[in-house]
Amino acid sequence: MARLRTRKHKVVLSRSAGGDAGITFILTILGIFMALPMVYVLMQAFKPLDELWMYPPRFYVINPTASNFKDLFTLMNTSWVPFSRYIFNTVFTSVMGTFGHLFIASLCAYALSKIKFPGHKWIFTTIRTSLMFHSTVTAITSFILMSAFHMIDTYFAIIVPAWGYTLGLYLMKQFMDTNVSDAVLESARLDGASELRTYWVIAMPMVKPAWLTLIIYSFQTLWNAGSSIYIYSEQLKSFNYAIGQITAGGIKRAGASAASLVLMMLVPILVFVITQSNIIETMGSSGMKD
Amino acid sequence: MSNNTAEKKAVARKDLTYRQWIWKEMKRNRVAYLMILPYVLIFTIFTVAPVVLSIFISFTDFNMLQMPNVVWLNNYINLFFADDIFLIALKNTFVFAVIVGPVSYLLSFLVAWFINELSPRIRAIVTLIFYAPSISGQVYLIWGVFFSADSYGWFNATLFELGFISKPIAWFQDANYVMPLCIIVALWTSLGTSFLAFIAGLQGIDRAQYEAGAVDGVRNRWQELWYITLPNMRPQLMFGAIMAITGSFGFGGVVTALCGFPSVDYAAHTIMHHLEDYGGQRYEIGYSSAIAVVLFAIMISANSIVKKMLSKVGN
Repeated sequence: MARLRTRKHKVVLSRSAGGDAGITFILTILGIFMALPMVYVLMQAFKPLDELWMYPPRFYVINPTASNFKDLFTLMNTSWVPFSRYIFNTVFTSVMGTFGHLFIASLCAYALSKIKFPGHKWIFTTIRTSLMFHSTVTAITSFILMSAFHMIDTYFAIIVPAWGYTLGLYLMKQFMDTNVSDAVLESARLDGASELRTYWVIAMPMVKPAWLTLIIYSFQTLWNAGSSIYIYSEQLKSFNYAIGQITAGGIKRAGASAASLVLMMLVPILVFVITQSNIIETMGSSGMKD
Repeated sequence: MSNNTAEKKAVARKDLTYRQWIWKEMKRNRVAYLMILPYVLIFTIFTVAPVVLSIFISFTDFNMLQMPNVVWLNNYINLFFADDIFLIALKNTFVFAVIVGPVSYLLSFLVAWFINELSPRIRAIVTLIFYAPSISGQVYLIWGVFFSADSYGWFNATLFELGFISKPIAWFQDANYVMPLCIIVALWTSLGTSFLAFIAGLQGIDRAQYEAGAVDGVRNRWQELWYITLPNMRPQLMFGAIMAITGSFGFGGVVTALCGFPSVDYAAHTIMHHLEDYGGQRYEIGYSSAIAVVLFAIMISANSIVKKMLSKVGN
């Protein structure tokens, strides 16, 4: 018979103290490995010039300063294409891509999940299969197709493919399978609501965590997008690309480049902190049955 | 539900052939086709069509300028028998994938499992620590600073102070260190979607099952893991595996950013880089399509092997 003991008023089953200690130890080591580079970025970003080039180098910052951020903004102001343009490009493509994706993918997910039309199974299986390969495999042929549609070097080259992002549709469909009850939809249909109305008024409010997850994922992908092979014009390039150019400026920009990394990572991390519980809830139904 | 019963009724109807019945169902559900149309159209153009097109182009010598000629299997033959760098890339890709895929998968699962019993607030903080590197864009560039080639790099300076080295090592420009370092960085950024799926899956398991398990003689957490947790998690494990495999083949960008392109002596050259080289820079689209098809086949077969392995979990 196993030992039963309680921890924080919950029944905890068969836990040895040695195992607890071992797990805490491993977790601490791994946690330090994960956190150290992130902390180092912060440290570098706040180091004054003499500490950046101190020998031997120190991990910690002694006299924190904001001068690296000031340098970064000075560099931004002197760039050939105004920096506000890069920021606009990233924000514009992120917002357009994300909302288009949310609308199109949830509409399709609803039909695949809740309407049993002929072909819904193999359409979903095909979409699911595409989770299995990375999009760089198709980059070259996508380029050919996009040039046939005259989409190269326009915002559309970034925005439209984002609408068809597979993971978002998959997560939305799975979430609808488990969290939208067919009975509620059926009573709406019996009351004479059209399929579109049922989707918008009944189903969509029930899947708020999944929307948020779709928004976060699509936004993260678009926000972190660097240079794209589909864009040549400097005026259409992304914020991330421009930041990369500053970093590429070499050693004299070590401080400014660390500051830029901090700026770039701040947005996705803040967004994740705010929405974490919703994302985890969505992932609860992400599993694949076969 | 009533749709299901309607289906059964319709099949039972004797006056319709199967084809007529399908057609009737399609007409009845025409609004569903309208609803999936926008997504399916974009999916077809930007995901299905490129794959199909790659397969066709891989049998030609298309180069964006001249009319393509059909060369049948020549591209594939050149790839495997005349292109030494491709064979290096193939080997490197396998080494990357075989290490990064399983290790990141196990790491994601173990960490998710370890933190499952922490209080929600602490769990949220630990989740953020482990997940943050995978969403923070180019923050992995800091590894380049950390392992900087001169003596101002923290790692070089520390080794120097301790007396292990007498002159700085150019970590990311040295063929001996490039692969291991890139693997470490890749692992560092790899606790992503599958990690979150595991956390959610573990939270979703009914606690009553564990209590029943304890009564039935489960003695320790390892037995609990094997007999109760893993079988309950199978759907999430499957999803996580697909995400891990896709991720482990797709981090060419990290290598390029840290080691330059091409990496020293092609030490960290992967199939992704080879594809980019021929497709994006030399415009040998036919040849690069053959590379893409090979990569595609590797990814799909890796997935089906893992699927088979996972179906044995907890049995």
